[in-house]
Amino acid sequence: MRSKVLAVLSLASMIPTLYMIFFFAPTEVTMGNIQRIFYFHVPLATGGYVSALLLFVGCVMFLTKRDLKWDRFGACAAELGVVFVSAQIVTGMIWAKPVWGIWWTFDARLTLQLVLDLIFIAYFMLRAYLPDREKRAKLSSVFGLLGMVDVPFNYFAIYMFPTQHPQPVLGPAGGGVDADMGTTLTVSFIAFGFLYAYLLDRRLAIARVEEEIDYLKQVVFAHE
Amino acid sequence: MRPAAAIVVKDIVIEMRSKESLSSTTMFGVLVLVIFNFAFEPSSLERALIAPGTLWVAISFAAILGLNRSLAMEIDNDCLQGLLLAPLSRGDVYLGKVASNFTFMIIAELVILPVFVIFNNLKFNLQFLEIAAITCLATFAIASVGTILSTISANTRMKEVMLPVLQIPLTVPVVIAAVDATGRVLTGETKEISSWLYLLAGFSIVYLTVSYLVFEFAVEE
Amino acid sequence: MATLALESEDIRKTFGQFTALSGVTLAVQRGEFLTLFGRNGAGKTTFLKIAATLVRATHGKLRIEGIDIREEPERARRHIGFLSHNTYLYRDLSPIENLRFFGRLYGMPDSEERIRKILERVGLERRASEPTRAFSRGLHQRLGLARVMLHEPSVMLLDEPYTGLDANAVEMLNQMLDEAVAQGKTVLLTTHDLEQGLRAATRAAIIERGKIVFAGDAKDTGIREAYRQYVRMGVPR
Repeated sequence: MRSKVLAVLSLASMIPTLYMIFFFAPTEVTMGNIQRIFYFHVPLATGGYVSALLLFVGCVMFLTKRDLKWDRFGACAAELGVVFVSAQIVTGMIWAKPVWGIWWTFDARLTLQLVLDLIFIAYFMLRAYLPDREKRAKLSSVFGLLGMVDVPFNYFAIYMFPTQHPQPVLGPAGGGVDADMGTTLTVSFIAFGFLYAYLLDRRLAIARVEEEIDYLKQVVFAHE
Repeated sequence: MRPAAAIVVKDIVIEMRSKESLSSTTMFGVLVLVIFNFAFEPSSLERALIAPGTLWVAISFAAILGLNRSLAMEIDNDCLQGLLLAPLSRGDVYLGKVASNFTFMIIAELVILPVFVIFNNLKFNLQFLEIAAITCLATFAIASVGTILSTISANTRMKEVMLPVLQIPLTVPVVIAAVDATGRVLTGETKEISSWLYLLAGFSIVYLTVSYLVFEFAVEE
Repeated sequence: MATLALESEDIRKTFGQFTALSGVTLAVQRGEFLTLFGRNGAGKTTFLKIAATLVRATHGKLRIEGIDIREEPERARRHIGFLSHNTYLYRDLSPIENLRFFGRLYGMPDSEERIRKILERVGLERRASEPTRAFSRGLHQRLGLARVMLHEPSVMLLDEPYTGLDANAVEMLNQMLDEAVAQGKTVLLTTHDLEQGLRAATRAAIIERGKIVFAGDAKDTGIREAYRQYVRMGVPR
């Protein structure tokens, strides 16, 4: 029931959002239409940070309660994190190429997201090499916790790091944001918020089934 | 003698006998510095810009080597379990290992740092002491997070190979802080390094505390 | 009522979906020698490791000398001597250095005297200063025994200690166990071997699929029948 509601909400909010992104929002003065990526780029980045927070919660809760459902929760949130952060990086690159003529720059935001992506990926690599369910939950929760504690330090370090030569900043060109742009961005946040919730809900359901299957496999093999 | 201190003493005695860990770690660090010489052919001005980076790449990777060796010794004969049977808390076992890992890294740096100074034609003056101080602090940060990460990675099928995957993303803030602070010392802008020092100190304290609390999960069977 | 050396209440342990222990309740008096028999995978090692605080029980309470191991594990560990196949010895250190380290770990004041005495007891005094790297399995086991006895624990937990021992080592282990019992220590030992297990035991129990299925006096004739039924390893009548 809940998933149906979320699916409907996601769809219902995404359609007007897409309309607004491509038709309603005014064309940006300096960058042109490529700037519309901004309406994807920013919510995606937020999704990445939300994932980081949820992973942190999942790890802490598992370590205090030792209930495997929290480990599942953390892993699903981390998976969405990889997706959203990678999408954010890619949209950033798509933006950078026509505007600045480069694929990549170590600007603060991109660097931070890249390191966050690496931490999520390291989390999954760790899980991949731990076949035992309990060990996997324990060790990846410890690493997840250590990794998420790192995020604020990364933030400070990267933003404090002065660059030697002027670096292009992949953000909206200065000045105030146009009212219509602001509205579009808000609507986009709402739509991506519902999408995130829907994806998390579905992914959790799949994770539960996956564990059931693993258990049944073990039972079957034990009897052979 | 306090049990955690006994762990450090024991590690030192073993290392004095075999000298495996220190020699390989030190050698590795020096070799990385050497390779950078071939990797870049910079003018002397550019060399000053690159130098801090080369130092910290060398130390980061040498540290990983050292951390792996230190843990391998405890895995042999399941000695770690012997430590867990003793009447000290898991957190204290962690602190003992951090102290011992830190000690060995510092000893390796006693060679790596002078080699760095020589390769880059720097002077053994106040600058050198400032760089040494930064190195101490950053090393402590790496040791505090690396000790628990090496324990985690040792449990996986990939064993030691997993450690760099886990450690390098997490020590990004440490490397950034250390490199920039070292660079500033070399150019003389020492006033601005205090925020980096705070970051390194904060990082160490936070990771020491968190790891102390969760170490039991990393070693539990 | 006198404090029990070891008291477990409904100890359960699950590893994911697999249940290793489904409720073990056991009471061991001070000075008792309890042998725990069971097949591979029955739960003997898991139970012993839980008692030694190496593994955390999913449910239940366990007290060593009246100390709850969940609440005060460090205090409890002071009273426990745990021996398994692993010897926990550092190859690069000599027996003296290994024992000195373990002594410090257990908070004992440095005492060369005590270390020498215990090395003599296990017959290692002549090789006391060599790195243990070159030692045979038998010598390793002896040093392991020395390590276990060093901090004079009142409760000894031995997990299949006879495995891989030569006749001399078996003899020495038996002597040391007899001495321990004479000193009033409590012994909880797991083994496959019925005769060895019953040799010095005062009580015996059998564990099967994570539950105690038989417990009684070591002299009880029912033990053999129960052993045949549950452990099924060709017992001579």
